[in-house]
Amino acid sequence: MSHKVIVPIGPYHPLQEEPEFFQLYVEGEKVVDIDIIIGYNHRGIEKLAEAKHYDQVAFLVERICGICSSSHPNAYVLAVEDILGGEFNMVPERALFIRTIIDELQRIHSHLLWLGLAGHFIGYNTVWMWAWKYREPVLDMFEMITGNRNNYAMFKVGGVRRDIKAEDIPIVKKALDELMPALDLFRGAVMDDPVIQARLKGIGILTKQQAIDWCVVGPTARASGLSMDVRRDEPYGAIDRVDWNVIVEQEGDVFAKTVVRILEMYESVRIIRQCLDKIPSGQIDADVKEIPPGEGIGRVEAPRGECFHYIKSDGTNRPVRHKIRAPSFMNVASNKVAAVGGTISDATITLAAVDPCYCCTERVAVINKSDNAKVMNGWDLIKLSQEKTKQLKDEIARKGI
Amino acid sequence: MSVTLKALTRSIWVFHVSAGSCNNCDIEILDLLTPRFDAERFGIQLIGSIRHADAILITGAMNKKSVPRVKKLYEQAPKPCVVIAVGTCALSQHMFRDSYNVEETLDKILPVDLYIPGCPPKPEAMIDGIVKLVTKLRQGT
Repeated sequence: MSHKVIVPIGPYHPLQEEPEFFQLYVEGEKVVDIDIIIGYNHRGIEKLAEAKHYDQVAFLVERICGICSSSHPNAYVLAVEDILGGEFNMVPERALFIRTIIDELQRIHSHLLWLGLAGHFIGYNTVWMWAWKYREPVLDMFEMITGNRNNYAMFKVGGVRRDIKAEDIPIVKKALDELMPALDLFRGAVMDDPVIQARLKGIGILTKQQAIDWCVVGPTARASGLSMDVRRDEPYGAIDRVDWNVIVEQEGDVFAKTVVRILEMYESVRIIRQCLDKIPSGQIDADVKEIPPGEGIGRVEAPRGECFHYIKSDGTNRPVRHKIRAPSFMNVASNKVAAVGGTISDATITLAAVDPCYCCTERVAVINKSDNAKVMNGWDLIKLSQEKTKQLKDEIARKGI
Repeated sequence: MSVTLKALTRSIWVFHVSAGSCNNCDIEILDLLTPRFDAERFGIQLIGSIRHADAILITGAMNKKSVPRVKKLYEQAPKPCVVIAVGTCALSQHMFRDSYNVEETLDKILPVDLYIPGCPPKPEAMIDGIVKLVTKLRQGT
């Protein structure tokens, strides 16, 4: 007879940097169910955004997540520009190109980061070290262009904050040229290595139908055969001025997700090169006086999938409502089918394969105590037990036994 | 200088706690271990269990759900243990100070020995901070 055991992982565990709590229900080696409990990173950003004016919110949403820290401001400014009449009607050409360059550089650094962590999870620490080593030049480019390695502060309503200097363009091009051998190395190392293939192929499969049912987005969906990419479906920035492909794989396993991410880095390099060649001269921001009443949405293809921002304005200088839906919100839930059925040793890489970002997707659960529900933690239970002993002691003493 | 304190200045084993951060400081901490900065050559190592830790690196704005867990983790750490606050969130809660889910700053919860400001602090800043801390410990102050 099988016996169900719960394996708790977290919330502070060496697996991922962010705190999150997994409960694996296992029978022997096999995972039969999984629970994911989040909320350790919740900071109430949506509510905070309602107390800040439109220029400040761009800095706030940048700090939703440190890895996709250009996608959130990008989606936010698109939402505000949607109220103002659309990005393409007001943002200068040059700013559109700079936005796309920053967005794609960020995709390269994020995918390299994931590749390194994935290598670490399956025991290839060399992959981790290499991937992060080749990620450093990308961060250097960010530092040169934006002034900071991680939080770029480039996006503002109506344009960008900083220009890319003419003398920086050859440096970026040279750095991209130097990145190509590294990408070739990863492609060769991952796609030709028999051990990695044996380890990742057929693991954590998310079929096309499951991908549709669980509404996954981004590389997770594209690895399951769903051809969807916000950059193609609803172009923003200068992405429709350049030539690139949407990478789609059919298998839906961890290997396919890895391949999609590696090939996407090549596409990003292609996009950045074309943007650097085609970038026009001119203004980098439009003069925005005030935001009229209305509603707007902004959609951006973050490295993890579609990032969605909704802004409601009442004509004052602050948003009335700011709604954010980060890609991991859907992707993390798909672990419920992807990780179930595998072994515990495969659970690690399957849980990490969607590139979860819990900071983006944090929600808070409020327990309504009004209907006589009582919430107890470990200390409460011990206290309850001790009180019963005390009560019995008193009773016995009273009876005089 | 006590033996335990002297031992603390060599090969610092670090446990990393993210208490409501945005991942940025955490990524930069991991960056410290990778080839460009390579803090492991000084014996600085991220470890999986708090019970082996010499130092705790804490990032993030301390939200309501993580504060009790951070306190519990500190209780489990062997003493003497150095508490390092990394990033502006851990120092002063940054722009999340007014949030409904954030209450007290880190230094009201734990005794903090080292503050590394920045959003996120550069890996060089973290190395600089740790060098300063070790120098101070060696001087016995």
